[in-house]
Amino acid sequence: MKFRTKAIHIGNQRCRLTGAVVPPIHLASTYVQESPGVWGDYDYSRSGNPTRDNMETTLAALENGVDALAFSSGMAATHCVTMMLNAGDHIVAGTDIYGGTYRLLHKISNRAGITVTLADAGNPENLQAAIQPNTKLIWIESPGNPLLSITDISLCAEIAADAGILIGIDNTFATPVLTRPLDLGIDIVMHSATKYLGGHSDALGGALVVKDTELREQLYFIQNATGNCMSPLDSFLISRGMKTLDLRVKAQSESALAIAEFLEADPRVSRVLYPGLPSFEGHQLAKQQMHGGFGAMLSFELAGDFEKANRVTASTKLFQLAVSLGAVESLIEQPASMSHASYDRDDRLAHGIKDELIRLSVGLEDPTDLIADLDQALNG
Amino acid sequence: MGLDTDKPYGDSTLAVHGGEAHQKAQNSITDPVVMASTYTFSDTQAVIDYIEQKQARGEYGRYGNPNESVVEKKLAQLEGGQDAIVYASGMAAIVGVVMAKLSAGDEVVFFDECYHRSREFCAKHMSRFGVVTRQVEACNYEAMEAAINKNTKLLVSESPTNPHLSVVDMERFAAIGKRHNVETLIDATLATPYNCRPLEFGVDYVLHSATKYLAGHNDLLAGVIIGNTEKLEDIRYLRGILGSINSAHNCYLLQRGLKTFDVRMERHNHNGQSIAEFLEAHPRVEKVYYPGLASHRYHDIAKAQMRGFGSLITFELRDADWRATADVVDRCRIPKIGPSLGGVESLIEQPMVMSYYELPAEERASYGIRDNMVRMAVGIENTQDLIDDLKQALEGTAS
Ligand SMILES: Cc1ncc(COP(=O)(O)O)c(C=O)c1O
Ligand SMILES: Cc1ncc(COP(=O)(O)O)c(C=O)c1O
Repeated sequence: MKFRTKAIHIGNQRCRLTGAVVPPIHLASTYVQESPGVWGDYDYSRSGNPTRDNMETTLAALENGVDALAFSSGMAATHCVTMMLNAGDHIVAGTDIYGGTYRLLHKISNRAGITVTLADAGNPENLQAAIQPNTKLIWIESPGNPLLSITDISLCAEIAADAGILIGIDNTFATPVLTRPLDLGIDIVMHSATKYLGGHSDALGGALVVKDTELREQLYFIQNATGNCMSPLDSFLISRGMKTLDLRVKAQSESALAIAEFLEADPRVSRVLYPGLPSFEGHQLAKQQMHGGFGAMLSFELAGDFEKANRVTASTKLFQLAVSLGAVESLIEQPASMSHASYDRDDRLAHGIKDELIRLSVGLEDPTDLIADLDQALNG
Repeated sequence: MGLDTDKPYGDSTLAVHGGEAHQKAQNSITDPVVMASTYTFSDTQAVIDYIEQKQARGEYGRYGNPNESVVEKKLAQLEGGQDAIVYASGMAAIVGVVMAKLSAGDEVVFFDECYHRSREFCAKHMSRFGVVTRQVEACNYEAMEAAINKNTKLLVSESPTNPHLSVVDMERFAAIGKRHNVETLIDATLATPYNCRPLEFGVDYVLHSATKYLAGHNDLLAGVIIGNTEKLEDIRYLRGILGSINSAHNCYLLQRGLKTFDVRMERHNHNGQSIAEFLEAHPRVEKVYYPGLASHRYHDIAKAQMRGFGSLITFELRDADWRATADVVDRCRIPKIGPSLGGVESLIEQPMVMSYYELPAEERASYGIRDNMVRMAVGIENTQDLIDDLKQALEGTAS
């Protein structure tokens, strides 16, 4: 079965009781049992809920995993992974990662005695070099955030496998439509389901997908013990969103490419970061690793200062000024003051996130309208 | 900043943003779901201001709700109409219009392929209130014109029709109404504004079962009527009395469904056309009804007035009795067996069983419902997956 068919049918089996074509939303917190000690399929909703299960089943099918676990947010999902580690363990992570992940690793995990080294994963040798005897987890993101850097996923997976280290990837930007990291040797795929999976800016959620049942049990144990599970209503909305995931991501990627080309040709813009542009450093790799598009996120730098960037982000009409991404509405933001404000400024600058960088999340609007909007805003 | 009101935005832009406030409550990017049944006033003067219409605001849920009004505005924009009224279902919308527009002694004329429950409601129930219903052969414009008399107030058709996919010539239909000073209504559920906008041809009202393509996910019921604000005024007023409103939650899901309307329809059209062509070329298929096929009776007019042809396909099997036809339906693995259409998941059914099982054979035949007929509401799944599935179902080749 192909991707779009799976997105609609796996995890959306007709309700056996009523025949309902869309499975009912199970809001129940608990489940009535036949007799003491004899458990039915479900006992308590933190441990398992049919609506959440459906969402997990669909996502696992899309990522070619054995199972998925759905969390209350993307950060809760990443946190679950880090909770597999113990005091004294070490994590190697890419430099171009979501600001919240940076914060989790540097300001929360460190409290549990876990240390972190950031390495530019654009060249996987850097990851290799950062591995220590106590390294237990490698964490990458591709395309990166906010610089869209492309990481060679297979190569990183090989490095991790050779060293016997668990490797996880934040696949939020690429989505399983464009890249399926489990097929490339990754152990854990993480999503902020808040973004493309849900796709309508109206649900928060996170997910982990794995291809190994034992790893699934370990993660599930932590999730059940700590309780960061996705709510039934959010599970329903994200399931509903995944039905159009393929159409949305492909259409939005196409628009992003058109916008990147427009910006690149515009003298008011000094640099465009988009994996679909031949001028982009990771373009060749992106072509091999991403299928059906280059994603709908792009960043650019203005020929101008911070003030100018402020004026541009304040004068778009269709692109709304907000953090987050991946939904049908186009968004614009300034990583330095918004999505990546949780980085220390020096770290930010060291990793090439300039104050005048602007990040776009390209939505599902007509690309002609979006380009016209940017065109007028660039005069701002 | 917000959309420029006079800029002709593209359809997908309107699907995402149309009708919505740019800056919403609490600066939230999506509209909050307002569950309130009633709306409170700060003081007596505020009540008086409201009554004297100095202030547009909510009063009581049956008269309007913020989620309802935002989705009504979006629907009106997508259809190119001034105003829209959302109902609890497509049927509630039909009832809402005919109850508002027709009084004892008035007459309504239907093309006889129009959704059977709409015709039934008028023929069996409006008749109790003295309204006369006439039905003429679909797309027979002479017959429709001949059925008009001085009491006629409304002409109604569906286009394309279900399950025969007959396509009405909108211009001719609207012109008959204009010539006789009679209002016209098109149930455009199967066409959707992506494929055809009857208002542009001079039709007065467009009606949709928004349950179908507009909501698109088979998870809510809704209806809508779209037209000039002035013409809709009494219809809206009556809805407030009859109470056939939709829920805030459904209005929100409808709004959410509309955001992907453009990409979904593009895919529905593509799948519909591809599968219709596959079926037509298959030796086990005797006949395919799909307006996008050159062999279709109304292909020329469909081509002239539609951008694409949707994804409802009816076909008849060669040398198959009802049981052999049912076997093909039962062998399908991807489409689920069920009525309705327009959702992301494909549905399939045998009209003879699903909708006409209890009627005598002759009566079924008189409606053009044959035993070997299958109706498929094609979803947005992978095209090849659907074709492969239909192929094995038709050929009985799977183990
Ligand atoms: C790439 C990426 N990963 C993780 C997250 C965190 O997800 P959430 O906000 O759902 O906790 C976000 C967004 O905030 C993100 O953009
Ligand atoms: C063409 C058409 N019009 C009207 C209706 C009635 O709409 P609803 O089921 O939403 O009441 C339907 C479907 O049932 C339909 O297919």
